[in-house]
Amino acid sequence: MDFGFKISPSSAVNLDNVDLSLYDRLAEVEPDIRKCIACGSCSASCPANRFSGMSVRKAILGLQRGKEKEVAKMLSTCMLCGKCSMVCPRGINTRHLILSICKFYKED
Amino acid sequence: MIYQGKQKIWADYQKEIPDDHWYYVRSCIRQNFFPGAEKMFLEICRNVLKKDFHENENHTTCGGIAYHCDTIPQETVMTIVARQFALMTEAGYENYVCSCITSFGNYIEILETWNEFPELETKIREMLWKACRREFNKPKYVAHASDLIYKYRNLIAERAKFRLVNKHTGEPLKVVEHIGCHYSKMFPSKGVGGAEYPYVLCGMIESWGGNVIDYPERRHCCGYGFRQYHVKANRGYSISNTHKKFESMEPYHPDMIITNCPGCPYFMDRWQYAIAEMEGKTYGENGYGIPVFTYEEVAGLVLGYDPWDLGLQLHQVAVEPLLDKIGIEYDPARKYEGVNHKDLQRPELPGVLRCC
Repeated sequence: MDFGFKISPSSAVNLDNVDLSLYDRLAEVEPDIRKCIACGSCSASCPANRFSGMSVRKAILGLQRGKEKEVAKMLSTCMLCGKCSMVCPRGINTRHLILSICKFYKED
Repeated sequence: MIYQGKQKIWADYQKEIPDDHWYYVRSCIRQNFFPGAEKMFLEICRNVLKKDFHENENHTTCGGIAYHCDTIPQETVMTIVARQFALMTEAGYENYVCSCITSFGNYIEILETWNEFPELETKIREMLWKACRREFNKPKYVAHASDLIYKYRNLIAERAKFRLVNKHTGEPLKVVEHIGCHYSKMFPSKGVGGAEYPYVLCGMIESWGGNVIDYPERRHCCGYGFRQYHVKANRGYSISNTHKKFESMEPYHPDMIITNCPGCPYFMDRWQYAIAEMEGKTYGENGYGIPVFTYEEVAGLVLGYDPWDLGLQLHQVAVEPLLDKIGIEYDPARKYEGVNHKDLQRPELPGVLRCC
């Protein structure tokens, strides 16, 4: 029956249903991914962020929540300029991390 | 959470509730949604427990609906509320109890605002005097009607004819308690148990023999939220919230839901029909929904009142499977019989949600 409105899909993430095996394999190659404190310095300094929504912080959180397709789509807008690597307070080589993520999730 | 932690939080949110002599104000909408609820509250307090509850036919809305829909300013709401307090003062009462959760939140918000800004209270007193030549004393205690039933819960349990127990298995019924957002989310110290662990309905359920279900979205809004529903463009958001709650409680197989707000039982009851029509999904057993009750209706049921005198025929979700489970007798032929044997006529049955 059409009531003129619909039920929106929930944005809740049930972590019990998320398969993190690929993320764990990625973390073995890129252990720095676990050092991220989600401060957002990378997103703030990203020249592509304003135009495409690119954000390394969001990408890492997305992988931890099983949103792999959204992350892969987002990372395709990265220009690999490396500014995020320069500002990261935890010294994560984010540029290298982005390339590794693309490699892992492309293979998948 | 560790039990000791809960006990500690609980100790911080005790509420003083006087035993007797209350001035009672009704809700704008509850008498249309669940007409037996307020009647049953007064019946239990006055005739069963012999308490003094005064009512005045001159009281009006508290203005809370318009205030929360952003259609009137707070000064207007304050003047309306000041008039209600004036009626209480004229009747010689100091304890004020309201039937509606939003009214309760509204009264508390206004009293707290007056405490912080006494000049505003002076202004409202002046406005009330100009408008209707009335003066008021602020109530000594403000309570929600569920606070009173919570206080009297053991007295009700002593007189109970039924308990919230499955008569076939002897197991306590699994009960979801849903607290209206305006009860303690705005002013946690004013509600029994605060905002995180409100105990007002849990206390009733435990006293009357049921088991309280803890589920992830337990403190989530029912979905009504005033503007979420009143603005038609937002109704998808309203039903999505309700859907989220039902999806969250479904794995725990609740037998019933008890609420203490005017909007919550209505929306959790009626939206089950809408969800069933939209998604073909029902949340109760055998194609039925989960019956939703007000705490007064449940108090009436355990005290042995006739389900049809409590107005349970106006629920969208059929209550009969639950009545059978508890062992409450009812006459199906009387379901749609109104006051003085007036025929209320049969509603059209929904396509998906099973009703008796």
